[in-house]
Amino acid sequence: MGMDRREFIRIAGLSTLLGLGGKGAFELLAPGRVEAEIIPAPRSMKAKRWALVINQKKLDDATAQKCAAACHRVHNVPDFINPPDDKLKLNPGVANRYEIKWLWTAHFHNAFPGDAPPHLAEKVEHMSFLVLCNHCANPPCVRVCPTKATFQREDGIVMMDMHRCIGCRFCMAGCPYGSRSFNWMDPRPYVKEQYPGYPTREIGVVEKCTFCDERLAQGLQPACVEASRGAMVFGDLEDEKSQVREYLRKYFTIRRKAHLGTNPQVYYIV
Amino acid sequence: MLEKALVGTKRYYGLLAILAGLFALGFLFYLKQLNVGLGITGMGRDVSWGLYISQFTYLVGVAASAVMVVLPYYLHNYKAFGRVTILGEFLAVAAVSMCVTFVLVDMGRPDRVFNVFKYPTPGSVMFWDIIVLNGYLVLNILIGWNVLECERHSIAPPKWVKFLSYVSIPWAVSIHTVTAFLYAGLPGRGYWLTAILAPRFLSSAFAAGPALLILLCLLVRKYSKFDPGKEQIQTLAKIVTYATLINVFFFFCEVFTVFYSQLPDHMAHFQYLFVGLDGKGQLVPLMWFSIVGMTLAALFLVNPKLRKNESTLAALCGLVIITTWLDKGLGLMTGGFVPNPMEQVVEYWPTMPEAIISLGVWAMGFLILTILYKIAVSIKEEIKS
Amino acid sequence: MADYKNEFGVFAERPKVEKKIFDRNKVIAGLVIFLVMVTIPLWQNLGKTVAAPTPNLDTPVIQKLAEKDKKCVMPKEWMRANHMQLLVDWRDNVVRTKEQQVTTSRGRNFVASDKKQYLASLTNTCMECHSNKAQFCDQCHNYVAVAPNCWGCHLETGKKLAEAK
Repeated sequence: MGMDRREFIRIAGLSTLLGLGGKGAFELLAPGRVEAEIIPAPRSMKAKRWALVINQKKLDDATAQKCAAACHRVHNVPDFINPPDDKLKLNPGVANRYEIKWLWTAHFHNAFPGDAPPHLAEKVEHMSFLVLCNHCANPPCVRVCPTKATFQREDGIVMMDMHRCIGCRFCMAGCPYGSRSFNWMDPRPYVKEQYPGYPTREIGVVEKCTFCDERLAQGLQPACVEASRGAMVFGDLEDEKSQVREYLRKYFTIRRKAHLGTNPQVYYIV
Repeated sequence: MLEKALVGTKRYYGLLAILAGLFALGFLFYLKQLNVGLGITGMGRDVSWGLYISQFTYLVGVAASAVMVVLPYYLHNYKAFGRVTILGEFLAVAAVSMCVTFVLVDMGRPDRVFNVFKYPTPGSVMFWDIIVLNGYLVLNILIGWNVLECERHSIAPPKWVKFLSYVSIPWAVSIHTVTAFLYAGLPGRGYWLTAILAPRFLSSAFAAGPALLILLCLLVRKYSKFDPGKEQIQTLAKIVTYATLINVFFFFCEVFTVFYSQLPDHMAHFQYLFVGLDGKGQLVPLMWFSIVGMTLAALFLVNPKLRKNESTLAALCGLVIITTWLDKGLGLMTGGFVPNPMEQVVEYWPTMPEAIISLGVWAMGFLILTILYKIAVSIKEEIKS
Repeated sequence: MADYKNEFGVFAERPKVEKKIFDRNKVIAGLVIFLVMVTIPLWQNLGKTVAAPTPNLDTPVIQKLAEKDKKCVMPKEWMRANHMQLLVDWRDNVVRTKEQQVTTSRGRNFVASDKKQYLASLTNTCMECHSNKAQFCDQCHNYVAVAPNCWGCHLETGKKLAEAK
């Protein structure tokens, strides 16, 4: 806070001279920055690259729905299709447009378009595939974001900073999986039961799955993995001893639209 | 020079009042959108860009087309265009103003617009688009205003204005190229994922922009004492002719690659637009009208008789504007998003509030255009007398 | 004879320009209207007194605390001036580190000067003690006419995270 006018002008002038537009000047001028001592919680989980294996063989439809429900509950994801109050009921077309999905189920030919053979195994035909953000190692959404509101952490998580998002929806056009949702309406009235461990959202920002970064920081597995009763395995792809690597060694896995070069980090055992 | 905008006929003031009224109406609905959210539009999680961004794209083309009068005049010393460059430049100013406004009304969080500058991200095409668009706006205001002022006092424009005019030529090409790159680099959207998108954008721009300019020239001649000139209009007509032909050619290049290769991800979008997919195809008649109309317009324009007759020329220019608008201002956006990445067909149609807001932005642009043209035409009349 | 040159040509002498304001009355009327418009907030609030805010610390959670624990994560005076900066800092550390230097595990715990650790969370740390948002937050914010939009997303409930699990 201790900055008089002379100091302000000096820093502003110097930073202009040095061509420090934008961020540089903002940083120098930000008064009273707390050099906060913020440390990871002792139990927080670390990895070089997080990855998720979904064992569809073990995942029945009911469990899949439970996983999605668990995710949406702990992230205060609104439900526009079945709102908590009848007065908020929307017509189905509109509700579909507003829908916010972090984790949901889809048929094989929707989750893996173009990959279905003419006579798909009956079991697979009726399977509910859990789909979510793939946390691509080469994410197009991050490439297109004009403010770095969506960015890639060193541990591979494609993170969403909803404080910074300007709502241009370039990332939604960029994502080849339809994994991003936009807040077309105030979501709060449509949140069934407010979960205090996570914020809700305001209108006008994009959101998506973040591999439960807030739970990892507290040493907890992602909510869906916890609810999956062993059908999902989450861990470090770079760690040879991790369960993820063990599964990848043991089973043949497929990924969604891997030919696009996005290098998705969600693997499916079918 | 601004004083010229303040005195005019009743008809001039009437036009301004109508445009201002429409703008105000659009603004009211925009306030509602700010309050309620973008949910009042027809957009949704599957078609997440709609009328706003497609209008933006179309108008970037109109703005870029100013280069079609600037280039012959400055690079080829084609003196005749000296009379109309100012009309082209002021059209660009109005068009870019609309572009910027359309981007702004499309934003979910316009209160955070400055984040783009606070956290500059050169890896994002949108960052560059904002830079080239605003740069182009400033260029055209500076050039247009100074050239007109010098013309008024019958002195040669200063050297730096001439320098800026040269800069504005590649700059005009860049604004539409960068705008095409917004779409052409996205891995999962087959309709846009084509190297010919930027050339297609430019060809349709150089068809639609000069076509609009011809109509504006005819209006200026009818309602003022300033005549942009028969030769000028005819040269513009030739530009429209060849640009439309090239645009149709590019379209068939795209159709060939998509359908001869038989790549499903690329075909699906064309199928949705031209024959319908999963029983849904509300754009089918409009898309056929667009491509057939555009082809016919190009063929008719090649015929010198029809081109030289100003009434048929005007009608054909109108057809070019409408058909390119349907192609780029409607089909481009919806076609790119349908089917969605999970191969579901969710259609899009703008809602009433969305249409009114768009109309409001157009009204704002034409308000700017009317005032700028009023100034330009008054100065030209003054010089003549 | 000294010629006078301007952009219109060369003249024998500098043209005489009358020194007067055209449309004097209209100009003055316009200026007066402008002045009144820009000072409207002053006139509107003339004579009104707005009571100074008295932030209230009386909440069940604070009352339950032992006397020595009745303190904030930072000294009161410092918080008064800098709480917004502290919150922005917490936010940037939880969601992203300040300079994009993304670490593998984001900080979640704030270490106070007495080495006590707090979860860096508006809802689950600040609002748990200060559950009286209207008396504690809004009063001052209204007084100084700022409208932070924290609560557009972050919940006001002081309900414990543990209870919900």
